[in-house]
Amino acid sequence: MAAPLHTEFHPRWYRRRVSTWWWLGSWPYLRFILRELSSVFVAYAVAILAWQLWAIARGPDAFAAVLQALRSPGLLALSGVSLLFVLFHAVTWFAAGPRALVLRLGGRRVPEAWIAAAGYAAWAGASAIVAWIVLGE
Amino acid sequence: MAKRPIEPFLWALFSAGGVVAALLLPIHLALFGIALPLGWVAPGHERLSALARHPLARLYLFVLCALPLYHFAHRFKYTLYDGLQIKHLNELVNVTCYGSAIAGTVLVAWLVLSL
Repeated sequence: MAAPLHTEFHPRWYRRRVSTWWWLGSWPYLRFILRELSSVFVAYAVAILAWQLWAIARGPDAFAAVLQALRSPGLLALSGVSLLFVLFHAVTWFAAGPRALVLRLGGRRVPEAWIAAAGYAAWAGASAIVAWIVLGE
Repeated sequence: MAKRPIEPFLWALFSAGGVVAALLLPIHLALFGIALPLGWVAPGHERLSALARHPLARLYLFVLCALPLYHFAHRFKYTLYDGLQIKHLNELVNVTCYGSAIAGTVLVAWLVLSL
């Protein structure tokens, strides 16, 4: 890169170069990067759903073919790993909820644990409703 | 550099997508990525097709698929930014991440309308 190492207002860059693999050193850093990487598996989950929507629109044979493809060991393993990452996203998302959402009731702050618990409860409820609608009774 | 007023909007999309992804994606992936292909459950094409055609279901499916894409775009952008430190490719990363989310949104809109 041809950029100069110093400019008028930066006599010298007083920064140490951080390794590309800085996040491998400790568990909190690794957890941060894994959480960020969960976004890739979120996109995979959407792709799977979109693929099935496409197949559902095309008819029973196309849908059966997609299910057959998803049954292959490679895609099944990918789906399994993705499910773990999506679960990781959900758990960390609701755990972080109270930091983003400050609620006050009667002048007092609602305890963080309550807000997190409400998030997990909503998650469980939504999952149950989706399963019930998709599968029927 | 001028302040970019689009950032709060992108963050709101990230946040809304994160909520949808956390609340609804795990069960959908468990059902449609694992349980159905393995035959643990068998709702059948006819039932799923009838379900998905309902106007509210189309809207639901659109939100379910589109919003998490913006969550992905925002978060993956920062994964590349922080994790791999490829700040010099910022423009390319932005265009790729948000471009794929927008393309995905159009695709999903077409899918739910053509059910």
